[in-house]
Amino acid sequence: MLTIRNLHAAVEGKPILHGIDLSVHAGEVHAVMGPNGSGKSTLANVLAGRENVVVTAGEVLYEGKNLLPMPPEERAREGVFLAFQYPVEIPGVANIYLLKAALNAVRKHRGQPELDAIDFLALVKDKLKLMEMDQSLLYRSVNEGFSGGEKKRNEILQMAVLEPKLAILDETDSGLDIDALKVVARGVEAMRSPQRAIILVTHYQRLLDYIVPDKVHVLAKGRIAMSGGPDLALELESRGYGWVEAQATTQARGGGDAARGR
Amino acid sequence: MTAEGKVSAANRDHYREQFAQLALRHAGAEPPWLQRTRAAAFERFAELGLPSLRDEDWKYTSVATLEKHTFKLVPASLNGVGADQLVKPALDGSHLLVFVNGRYAPDLSRPGRLPGGAEVGSLAAAVADRPDRFESFLARDAEAPVNGFTALNAAFWADGAHIDLAAGCSVDEPIQLLFIATDADLAIHPRNIVRAGAGSHAEIIEHYIGLNDSAYFTDAVTQIQVDSGAAIVHTKLQQESLRGYHIADIRAEQGLDSRFTSQSFALGGRLSRNDIATRLNAEGCEATLIGLYMANGRQHMDHHTRIDHARPRGTSREFYKGVLDGAARAVFNGKVIVHADAQGTDAQQSNRNLLLSDIAEVDTKPQLEIYADDVKCSHGATVGQLDPEQIGYLRSRGLDETSARALLTFAFAEDVALRVSCAPLKARLEQLLREALPPQMRDQVRELQ
Repeated sequence: MLTIRNLHAAVEGKPILHGIDLSVHAGEVHAVMGPNGSGKSTLANVLAGRENVVVTAGEVLYEGKNLLPMPPEERAREGVFLAFQYPVEIPGVANIYLLKAALNAVRKHRGQPELDAIDFLALVKDKLKLMEMDQSLLYRSVNEGFSGGEKKRNEILQMAVLEPKLAILDETDSGLDIDALKVVARGVEAMRSPQRAIILVTHYQRLLDYIVPDKVHVLAKGRIAMSGGPDLALELESRGYGWVEAQATTQARGGGDAARGR
Repeated sequence: MTAEGKVSAANRDHYREQFAQLALRHAGAEPPWLQRTRAAAFERFAELGLPSLRDEDWKYTSVATLEKHTFKLVPASLNGVGADQLVKPALDGSHLLVFVNGRYAPDLSRPGRLPGGAEVGSLAAAVADRPDRFESFLARDAEAPVNGFTALNAAFWADGAHIDLAAGCSVDEPIQLLFIATDADLAIHPRNIVRAGAGSHAEIIEHYIGLNDSAYFTDAVTQIQVDSGAAIVHTKLQQESLRGYHIADIRAEQGLDSRFTSQSFALGGRLSRNDIATRLNAEGCEATLIGLYMANGRQHMDHHTRIDHARPRGTSREFYKGVLDGAARAVFNGKVIVHADAQGTDAQQSNRNLLLSDIAEVDTKPQLEIYADDVKCSHGATVGQLDPEQIGYLRSRGLDETSARALLTFAFAEDVALRVSCAPLKARLEQLLREALPPQMRDQVRELQ
C-alpha cells in the first residue's frame, strides 16, 4: 500500500529526514518510535502533505501512485488520513459541518452519492458511541475549548467516519490519561482491517500495550535505525533510546554522511 | 475646484438654487419654525461644507468624489418600483414601510396590525398632521448639526419614518423601514424619528437597498429616544448600489435602565459611512453595538461609533468585525467616553478584521476617554489573515483550498450574525453573508449547511 524509498526532507531549511525506507502493506499496523527530534512527526507530515515540510530527495508510492505531488486534499480523498499531534482549533466551524464536508469530499471523489442527513447522523452517532463522546461535541466549533483528550478523540472520530485506507496517527497517545488512552486504542483497534494500513507514531511503548503492532521501527537522527516485531518496543522500554541512537551514530559515521540529530 | 472636501463654488450655487426651489415649495405648507430650521441648517451647511481629510473624524475617508458629483436634491417620483421588487428585500412578518427615492410609498407598504399605543408611518405626513409633536426633535437641527452631511439632511429632508411607542407598548414583529433607490444622480435625505416610551419594546430595521447600479447619494439621519426601561433594537442593513454613496448618522439618547442595541451590517455602496452614537443619560443603561462590514472591489466602508457614559452604572458592549477583499478599504473608530459622573461603568469594545487580499486595507482605532475612576473598560483591535494552519487542517480532511477559505471566512462573519436575536432577520443575514462570498465559495458554504 505504501512504499517509501530513500526519503529526505527538511523543515524550515533544516534537514530532518536522511533517507527513510519503509514498506507498509494493507492489513498491517506499524509502529514508528523514536526519541524527540528523531523525525517521527516530520515523516507523518510528509505523508499528509503538510506544507511546512520540503522533500529534498526520495519517493513515496501510495497504491502505486506517486504521493508527493498530490495536494493534501487529494491525498485525503484518496484515503490517506493523518491524526494530528496538535489538532487545530477552528472557531465558528461546527464539528458536524467539518465531518460532513470531509465525508462528502471523499465520497464525491469515489463517485459515491452524498449521504443524506439521516444516514449521515446515524453514522456519526455510531462512531461517537465508539469514542465515548457526547453528541453535544458535534455542534461545538472544531476543537475549540476541547481538552487535550477530547481533541485526540475527535481526531479518531474523524478517522472512524472517513474510513481511510492509510491512517497515520501522530503521537495520538501523548497527553492522554489511561482511560482516554484505552478509548483511543479501542477506536483504532476497531479500524483494523485487511484493507487498511495503520501507522502509529509514538514516543512511548504504552499505546502498544493496547494496540499490538505487526512491525516496530525505531527512528534515530532521521533514519530507521532498527526494525523488528512487537518485542522491539518492549526492549526499547527497558534499554532506552540511547541504545539505538548510539548505533545510528556509528552507522552514520560509517556511511560518511554528516547526520546531525538534535 | 477648491480644496478637497470643501464644496466647490459651482456646487454651492447648485445646492443654494435647489434649496431655494425647495423653500418655495415648503412656504405655506410647512410650519414657520420648520422653515426657519431648514434655512438655518442650510446656512450651516454653506459654512461647514463637506468634511475634508483634515477633519480628525474624516481623515481616512475622502468624500471628494461625492463632492464633485452634482446631485438632484429635489425628490422624484416612485419611478416604476412595483410590489414584485419587494419580494426579496421584505422580511416575512414585518411591519413594512417602503420609501422610494426618499418618499413614503403607501401602496407598497404594509404596516400591518400594530398594538395599541404604537404609531408608525411617514414622518412628513405626521409633521403635516401635528407639527407640534415634532418640534422638539426637529428644531434641534438648527442648533448644532454635527457636520455638513447632517446639516444637508436638516435642510433637505423630505420624508422618513416616525415611530412612536406609548409607555409599555410592545411590538413583537420587526418594523422594517425599506429605503429603495432607483434614480441616478439623486440625493436622498431620509429622516427617521423613533420615540420609545417608558418600558416599550421594538425591533426596528432600517434597510437601504439599490435596485440598479446607479450612482445616487443617501444622506440619512435617525434620531432615537429610548425612555426609562424601554428596549430598542435598531438594525441598519446597508445594501446600496455598488456605485452609490451612503452617509448615515444614527443617534440615540437613553433614559433610566433602558436598553439600546445597534446592529450595523454594511454590504453595499461604493462609499459608505455610518456614525452611530448613543448617550447613556441616566443610571443603569445598557448599550450594545454590533457590526459587520464586508467590502470588496473598490468599496470603502467607514464606521464611527461613539458611546457616552454620562451617568453611573452603565454597561456597554461593542463588537465589530470586518472582512475585506480586493482593493477594499475600511475604517473603524470606536469612541467610548466615560464622563466624570459615570462611576461603576463597565465598557468593552472589540474590533476584528480579516483581510483576504494583499491590497485590502483597514484603519482601526479604539478611543477610550475615561474621566471617572471606578470603571471597568477594555478594548481590543486586530487585523489579520486567514490562519494557514486552519486552512491546512481543513485541506487534510479533503476540502480544497477555496472551500477551506470560504468556510473560514463565512465562520468569521457569521459570528456577528449569530448575535442577532430576531429570527427572520438572522436568517436573512446568513443568506446575505453567503451571497457576499465570492461565487465559487458560495455553493461550497451552502452545501455545508
